[in-house]
Amino acid sequence: MNIRNVDVLIVGGGPAGLAAAAELHRQGVTDILICEREKQPGGILRQCIHDGFGLTRFGESMSGPEYADRFIREVKEAGIPLITNASVTDITKDRLVTVVTPEGLLKVQARAVVLAMGCRERTRGALAIPGERPAGVYTAGVAQAYMNLYNRMPAKEAVILGSGDIGMIMARRLTLEGVKVKAVYEIMPYAAGLPRNVEQCLNDYGIPLYLSHTVTEIHGDHRLTAVTVSAVDEHLKPIPGTEEKIPCDTLILSVGLLPENELSLGAGVTLDPRTRGAEVSEYYETDVPGIFSAGNVLHVHDLVDFVSMEAEKLARSVTRYLADGLPACGIAVTCDRSVNHTVPMRLSGTEDVMLSLRVSRPGRDVTVRVTQGGREVAAKKMKKALPAEMIQLVLKAEKITGTEDLEVTVS
Amino acid sequence: MTRDFTCIVCPNGCEITVEYEGKNVLSVTGNLCKRGEAYVKQELTDPRRTIASSVAVEGGVLPLASVRLTAPVPKEKIFDVMEEIKKIRLQAPVKAGTVLAADILGLGSDLIVTKTVKAR
Repeated sequence: MNIRNVDVLIVGGGPAGLAAAAELHRQGVTDILICEREKQPGGILRQCIHDGFGLTRFGESMSGPEYADRFIREVKEAGIPLITNASVTDITKDRLVTVVTPEGLLKVQARAVVLAMGCRERTRGALAIPGERPAGVYTAGVAQAYMNLYNRMPAKEAVILGSGDIGMIMARRLTLEGVKVKAVYEIMPYAAGLPRNVEQCLNDYGIPLYLSHTVTEIHGDHRLTAVTVSAVDEHLKPIPGTEEKIPCDTLILSVGLLPENELSLGAGVTLDPRTRGAEVSEYYETDVPGIFSAGNVLHVHDLVDFVSMEAEKLARSVTRYLADGLPACGIAVTCDRSVNHTVPMRLSGTEDVMLSLRVSRPGRDVTVRVTQGGREVAAKKMKKALPAEMIQLVLKAEKITGTEDLEVTVS
Repeated sequence: MTRDFTCIVCPNGCEITVEYEGKNVLSVTGNLCKRGEAYVKQELTDPRRTIASSVAVEGGVLPLASVRLTAPVPKEKIFDVMEEIKKIRLQAPVKAGTVLAADILGLGSDLIVTKTVKAR
């Protein structure tokens, strides 16, 4: 079989892959191949028809398809090869990539591989909700695809479990199309998604949000007929006696996103147990040389604007990697239990770095502190800090000395 | 009187407190930018929202083209606008950016296509 050689192979033609390709091209790296498994590029943005994308990256608000189109057009105008219906099935640690396409099997030897596969939704199976197995239980993204891509109405009366952003956005979307959305139930004592979505997707339409509640049983033979919901205690255990049976024909799950890293694992990439994405340096390089990762496959973002900007930074690192190699990154970034995770996890200490992180629980009037051997490297005061929001702060190179670990805390 | 708002202009989601008497705003606190102040003043007198939906497309590679409003409309008009959107049927090809309804229901907002749909 012929092996095709490219400088950079990008796995995934969603927001991260497209932004990486466009920026690589701007930086003068033109020998690129994007492999997209769907029929069209754009990734999840194709079904995110609501407004609010682009405020940070472009300074204007637009829908998901319009946002994706900016990058798709740039990639097309630059003449960057993008093959659709093309599934990458294997990546070796030496960056030999196997792609299944309608024209047959393709083998590509890449000097650098960009992992941009995005994430997928947690399902009912991951939650292990007891009860029957009727039709009518969908993840929020599946319901969104039915409505916004395939013109199929999935519900008449819906209950939503989980207050992730997509679930709240679907609560509004269903309501606009005449569905009765009875309530959103969230197991945690705070909303999982952004406050603006609680406001404009739930409060605007009078949809109640019940915190510290979860679905404890699913009822129905062929089609869902009802769910039982229960209040939960501080250990998230259902409280006996609080059960309430809610008639509905559809249950929408918005209970978290998981980076999709099967290909990364196959290539020998080490994953971080907290992000479930690759363990990366400040250059977005994984622990397998020449394999890079950015976007939702690296860590789940709150906004696509940050996905694009992260992928653009990755592209500049890949450009340097191809030209002269990258500095060693021996300084580890660690965090205590107040911080859910940080990205990156390793630094060179030779240049300024943007640190992304999420807090473990909501806090008011808190300070994010980055220290090295007790010395403060950076600090950011925040009026409120929510797990729903990604926090970013810049670490100045001149404040980092030696090779001692950095520690991140929120208090 | 005071009222608390969660600003929806951008993802910061500022918690803004407004002190007011009737239609007279005395103070606005908690906002990180000017847009937050404008948002709560608008919200006190005439709350507005933009909406997004889809319209059916005949003969296209996709059955739907997504659409949105270019400017917010009064909240209580949202379902009237949805009824107008539901009446629209398009024939492929459809191009993103096309205005489907200028000044929809006289509300000062245009309905535009946000996804290009090629003919089958």
